[in-house]
Amino acid sequence: METFLALAIPGLFTGAAYAIAASGLVLTYTTTRVFNIAHGAFGMVLSFVFWDLSVRQGWDPLLALVVVILVIAPLIGFVVQRLITRGLGNAPVSVSLVVTVGMFVGLVGLAQQRWPEDRVEVDAPRFVEPFWLTFADGDGVPGWQIGGTTITGHQLITILASIAVAAALYLLLTRTRIGTAMRASVDNPDLLRLFGGKPDDAAALAWMIGMSLAALTGILMVSVVGLSYVDLTLLVVNAYAAALVGRLKSLPMTFVGAMVIGVVEALVAGYSVDNELLATIKPAVVPLVLFVVIVAMPQAQLRIGQVKGMVSAPVPTVPRMGVSAGAVLLVTAMVVATGSEVTLLRLGTAATFAIVMLSLVLLTGYGGHVSLAQLTFAGVGALAYAKLGEPNLLGLGVAVLVAAAVGALVALPVLRLTGLYLALATLAFAVVMEKIVFKNDTIGFGTGGAVEAQRLSILGYRFESTGSYVFVMVALFLLVGVAVLLVRRGVVGRMLIAMRDSPAACGTLGLDLRWFRVGLFAASAGIAGLAGALLAGLRGVIGDTDFVFFNSLPLLLLAVVFGITSVTGATLGGIGLMLLPVLQAESVGGVPLGGVMFMVIGLGAVLAGRDPNGLSSYLFRGGRWVEQRLRTRLSASLPQLPPAGADDVHEDAEEPVAAPARVEVGPGVPARG
Amino acid sequence: MSLLEVDDVVVQFGGVTAVDHASFTAEAGQVTGLIGPNGAGKTTCFNVISGLQRPTQGHVRLDGRDITRMPVHRRSKRGMGRTFQRLEAFGSLTVRENVQVALDIHRGLAGRLRTVGRPARRQRADIDALLERVGVAAYADDRADSVPTGAARLLELARCLAAEPTLLLLDEPSSGLDETETDDFGDLLRELAAEGTAIVMVEHDMDLVMGVCDTIRVLDFGEVIAIGDPAAIRSDPRVQQAYLGYSDETAPADGVDETPTTVLEVTR
Ligand SMILES: Nc1ncnc2c1ncn2[C@@H]1O[C@H](COP(=O)(O)OP(=O)(O)O)[C@@H](O)[C@H]1O
Ligand SMILES: [Mg+2]
Repeated sequence: METFLALAIPGLFTGAAYAIAASGLVLTYTTTRVFNIAHGAFGMVLSFVFWDLSVRQGWDPLLALVVVILVIAPLIGFVVQRLITRGLGNAPVSVSLVVTVGMFVGLVGLAQQRWPEDRVEVDAPRFVEPFWLTFADGDGVPGWQIGGTTITGHQLITILASIAVAAALYLLLTRTRIGTAMRASVDNPDLLRLFGGKPDDAAALAWMIGMSLAALTGILMVSVVGLSYVDLTLLVVNAYAAALVGRLKSLPMTFVGAMVIGVVEALVAGYSVDNELLATIKPAVVPLVLFVVIVAMPQAQLRIGQVKGMVSAPVPTVPRMGVSAGAVLLVTAMVVATGSEVTLLRLGTAATFAIVMLSLVLLTGYGGHVSLAQLTFAGVGALAYAKLGEPNLLGLGVAVLVAAAVGALVALPVLRLTGLYLALATLAFAVVMEKIVFKNDTIGFGTGGAVEAQRLSILGYRFESTGSYVFVMVALFLLVGVAVLLVRRGVVGRMLIAMRDSPAACGTLGLDLRWFRVGLFAASAGIAGLAGALLAGLRGVIGDTDFVFFNSLPLLLLAVVFGITSVTGATLGGIGLMLLPVLQAESVGGVPLGGVMFMVIGLGAVLAGRDPNGLSSYLFRGGRWVEQRLRTRLSASLPQLPPAGADDVHEDAEEPVAAPARVEVGPGVPARG
Repeated sequence: MSLLEVDDVVVQFGGVTAVDHASFTAEAGQVTGLIGPNGAGKTTCFNVISGLQRPTQGHVRLDGRDITRMPVHRRSKRGMGRTFQRLEAFGSLTVRENVQVALDIHRGLAGRLRTVGRPARRQRADIDALLERVGVAAYADDRADSVPTGAARLLELARCLAAEPTLLLLDEPSSGLDETETDDFGDLLRELAAEGTAIVMVEHDMDLVMGVCDTIRVLDFGEVIAIGDPAAIRSDPRVQQAYLGYSDETAPADGVDETPTTVLEVTR
């Protein structure tokens, strides 16, 4: 019992820090309906700012603290709300997820760029001292002895800060006008406006406070976690879990959740010393908790009244697909014939990423669901292919099926829930896979971090040379691309779009959305698994570093930037993602591009997030323009030709239709009440 | 036995009682009007009947069978169809495709196998006939989010009809329609009822309600305050009271935000 307490009590203090972060998350979510995936990334950047001010520039820590939390953070929150997240709450959840993931990646890039890890500064150690390190009791031991454990001044400050935050939030939300407005603005922004409230002000305030709380958590944790871009950012997973315990609306439950998570984490860490199972799960306790909490969420009711109708990229006709595919194969053949080994490997990598992006076209572009674990599914495919040791179509097929099955397994427990929870479940899954399963010697890449795989043979012919193998990869990409387009043109594609536009209507028309979604998710994971298996064959040696969770984020973002609704977008996105590390290694005018690329991608996603067709839609528009010019030319010179059938060019909407021209009924005021 | 029985249903949102021990029925072959001031709980009733909202208390029976806890999609298989006050058309599909999806869903996989080999043209003709019937054939090839509100409402009706429902729930179907369109719409409702469909209609256009409804239920503050035929309802003092100072033209648009809302809890 005594050890139990000794282990558990420190957990309460980390729990208190999580509670601060989580309450910020809940506040922004309830007020603006935007789940800020980047909450932790903001905390990370702001703690770097704090370190920069207090250590590098030598400010007084207290002054730096006040400036960061009360000036810089709220300012950033205000700007972010006004420029980036305004109105996102009414957009489909996939859009707000992409935009906040964009901020996430952009901020990590910013931190890498501004405070590079390899820069050594003698007078600025990369370290933040805990506050009040030197409280001493009578015997000169720092801290106080409680329940067999030592409480440091820093821990005390953490818990006091969390109590202060809780009290301040309580007063704000119940005792002030704007606080009431914040509670009401989600409920009914139009109603609030009618009674003279300003939902936009409430939203801005929520983001300002949220940002301050993110900063406070980051600064409190930085002395524990260290100045690490990723570790500080991923602390937010704890906050996600706590916020979900509060079902994204109850602050008291969020606090309770945070404390429980802190304690569970501390206990697992403590007991893992002599318990093998606990030692195994220790690196991923919190994502596991997050997964459990998500699964335990109550049934979500189908949401009515979402914004519907997205502009979709045109779906090409079969002949057109043939021509494009032929062109891509031709280019590939030319590269294969002339390119160096390095070029070929890059092309193969691009094909891999492009296939993964196809899985997102299906899942996100058509289906409206976001997955933050596509590279992890690719990793599952790679593992299955390598471990099976059957480098042929059968082995490839099994790899695809294994990845699909894992995808279904992730989607199944969250069957009853909506998009946001599915996305968070994929995030938890990806972290668990990375920290536990991929490291496992039997089923993972092992402690060595890599396994061997062989190149594919089809019908007895072995594609041993890199050139021929890459050609096969591109061909398979095209095959999957055509398959995705054919699905889009058929019954299932129509249903996917319908489900994305209005789940409620699909439900009342008799579609069992849950199973449909599991199927969609499995198909998408299977495609990603195919990509991973092919990459394994290409590389010969494949490891967990090829499927790092974090890289799924730029992958998603590039897919969105280039256009997540079209195969063209996936092609361009695949090439773009392949070039990313190449570009990152470059420097322009002495400035290394490492973090800059992330910033560009993040910004791109923030800007492009609202138009899922991305950059490739400009290509289509340009193409249509040229085509129309040609056609008018042609018909002018050859008037006897029958007019080209306009409606068999594109199945889908010809031109993006701007804001729906319909008149919304309401929202108004209930007559009374 | 009535086709639809709403029995003592209560729905509470936090402290708000949206539906308060409401009970009413609807019969096959009849048009049942459900009227009441804004915020009376009509849409919430529809959500309960169609399964989008779990009632706090009470039961819903369809054809004698308790469906209170039945999943949304299964109700459609049992013949229920509904339209939405806030439009739920599939905005990025064309009007024709909207109906096509409804047909696809209705037929399911087995149905598709049965219709394999059936010329696509025939199916298309069926859909076009349906669009013609509700009066949106002119918009068949337009994206559903680009058509006027009235047409989008009719489209939602066409989508329901594709599944050949026995019970239709229409939430303010006539708003957005002009006078002739409203007349045609009323005729269509009578036709559908004559074919045996039970129709429950929430509507603010009193001429339409009085013209086509066989029977009317009046909801106020979540309670059913009157049940009767149009003439009886018109002269009911409680109804007049509830509607006092309230005419259809000047009525503020109904529209409680229908998204399930979260109220930030600060206490427990
Ligand atoms: N999701 C919800 N959350 C909270 N209150 C709601 C919700 N939906 C409806 N209400 C409330 O329930 C009452 C009835 O609304 P509604 O059923 O839309 O009325 P009607 O359709 O008759 O105008 C209103 O007071 C409204 O504020
Ligand atoms: Mg209503």
